[in-house]
Amino acid sequence: MVEVKNITKCYGDKKAVDNVSFTVNSGEILGFLGPNGAGKSTTMNIITGYLSSSSGTVTVDGCEILDDPKGVKSKIGYLPEIPPLYMDMTVQKYLEFMYDLKKVKLDKDAHIEEVCRLVKISSVSNRIIKNLSKGYKQRVGLAQALLGNPPVLILDEPTVGLDPKQIIEIRNLVKSLGKKHTVILSSHILSEVQAICDRVVIISNGKIVADETTEGLSKSLAKSNRLLVQIKGPKSGVITAVSNVKNVKSIKTEREISEDVYEYIVEANEDCDIRSDLFFKLAEEKWPLILLQSADLSLEEIFLKLTTDTEYSSNKGGKK
Amino acid sequence: MGAIIKRELYSFFCSPVAYVVMAIFLFFSGVFFSVVCLGNDTSNLTYVFTNMFLVTVLLMPIMCMRLLSDEKRLKTDQALLTSPVSILGIVLGKFFSACVLYLVCLSIYIVFGVVLSFFVTPHWTVILCNFLGLFILGAALIAINLFLSSLTESQMISAISGFAVGLFIYLLDNFAAAIPVSFISTALTKLSFLSHYQNFTVGLLSLADLIFFLAVIALFVFLTVRVIEKKRWS
Repeated sequence: MVEVKNITKCYGDKKAVDNVSFTVNSGEILGFLGPNGAGKSTTMNIITGYLSSSSGTVTVDGCEILDDPKGVKSKIGYLPEIPPLYMDMTVQKYLEFMYDLKKVKLDKDAHIEEVCRLVKISSVSNRIIKNLSKGYKQRVGLAQALLGNPPVLILDEPTVGLDPKQIIEIRNLVKSLGKKHTVILSSHILSEVQAICDRVVIISNGKIVADETTEGLSKSLAKSNRLLVQIKGPKSGVITAVSNVKNVKSIKTEREISEDVYEYIVEANEDCDIRSDLFFKLAEEKWPLILLQSADLSLEEIFLKLTTDTEYSSNKGGKK
Repeated sequence: MGAIIKRELYSFFCSPVAYVVMAIFLFFSGVFFSVVCLGNDTSNLTYVFTNMFLVTVLLMPIMCMRLLSDEKRLKTDQALLTSPVSILGIVLGKFFSACVLYLVCLSIYIVFGVVLSFFVTPHWTVILCNFLGLFILGAALIAINLFLSSLTESQMISAISGFAVGLFIYLLDNFAAAIPVSFISTALTKLSFLSHYQNFTVGLLSLADLIFFLAVIALFVFLTVRVIEKKRWS
């Protein structure tokens, strides 16, 4: 649906976006993640045609931004970081203006009403935008992006500055929108991306450092299969027994939980599932398994690792 | 383009700008008309229109100062530039909206014509020519001020630079006379807004004057488009 190929944007000598490529499939919700100043907004502005890239191409639903800017723009609904609201207009008048500006062909009154209902701003439709709260302004911005039912929605930090209740509402809304639209959503909040998105692209210093599904990301970054286990049994005996299980690389004692119960980190060889072997081995010895869970990195840890670990970025940055 | 014209007019009339501009314009038009025409028992509107030159030059910056600078400051240009509208469409929308407001101001001259027709039969064709001259002068100044407002995010700077350019235009003939090099002074005289405009005020409709103002409009609309375009690329 959206194909971004090798886009680079230079401001003088500084490369704000450096050779970024990714694709978004139809009906997918893509999370675009990165610390502040990583180039998220710049990339989004290039996709929507607000800025032009120094090199590279953007294709939306078969239209190329340079050849057919109007075609691309009419397929995208865009909510920038700061919602582009005319403060002196009422919500209704503003949406009517945006409707005309986008040259939407649907039934005007019914369509605007429907969009207002969807983002729950019907009750404020006659108020002047200037007087609305931040949450409502954000929703009016979202309503504006939804006008004309564009196949692609690009939302730049849609939940920034909202209270927790509003954040949940907007997230649910975006999730439901993902059923009918292709959504690209930027954020620097990880739990948000984890909650909403099917796939994550992480960008740091203008470069893509990861492009994977949310689960795949944790898996591939854990590098090896590490398990956190708690076993009731004599420490030395357990260590010897577990070390002999097939494919176990190492076992390390973490701490003592209670008498005779210890917590261990078991590391397996790559791409091997040792859980059943481990279970049967312990069952054989009659040492109960109290806890068994993956010790993979959380998304937060991965994010920090990716965006601060320069070695990783330079080695694997190009790998998709 | 239509949507932008509509929105700009809405915004003009929702803020004090339209009323301030109209009040100033109508006040001076009224003063000049009653002093010159009614006071001297003449139906000759030439002096009224000549005097309106300076008023128009100084009024247009106020009218146009926020047209593009505010869009940039409030980031609403993101909505415009990511909509399926060409940049020329956006600029022309802004330009025509200001022209419509200006036409509303100018409509007072129809009233003056009607007032005169109670006393004498006015020279309607001459008045029409005067009207056209003042309109096209204003339109050219709108284009210039629109360009100035595209250069900055601040309404203030936009307005002040508009006044400076306006005064320069007003004094251009004096500058031209002060320059001893004859070809420069001739060239400047040819660029004088005042001398091109004065032909209209005496009821002389010449194609050269018309083309002069139309060229100024086209030039500055073009430059404005380029300024916005450049921002995308830099």
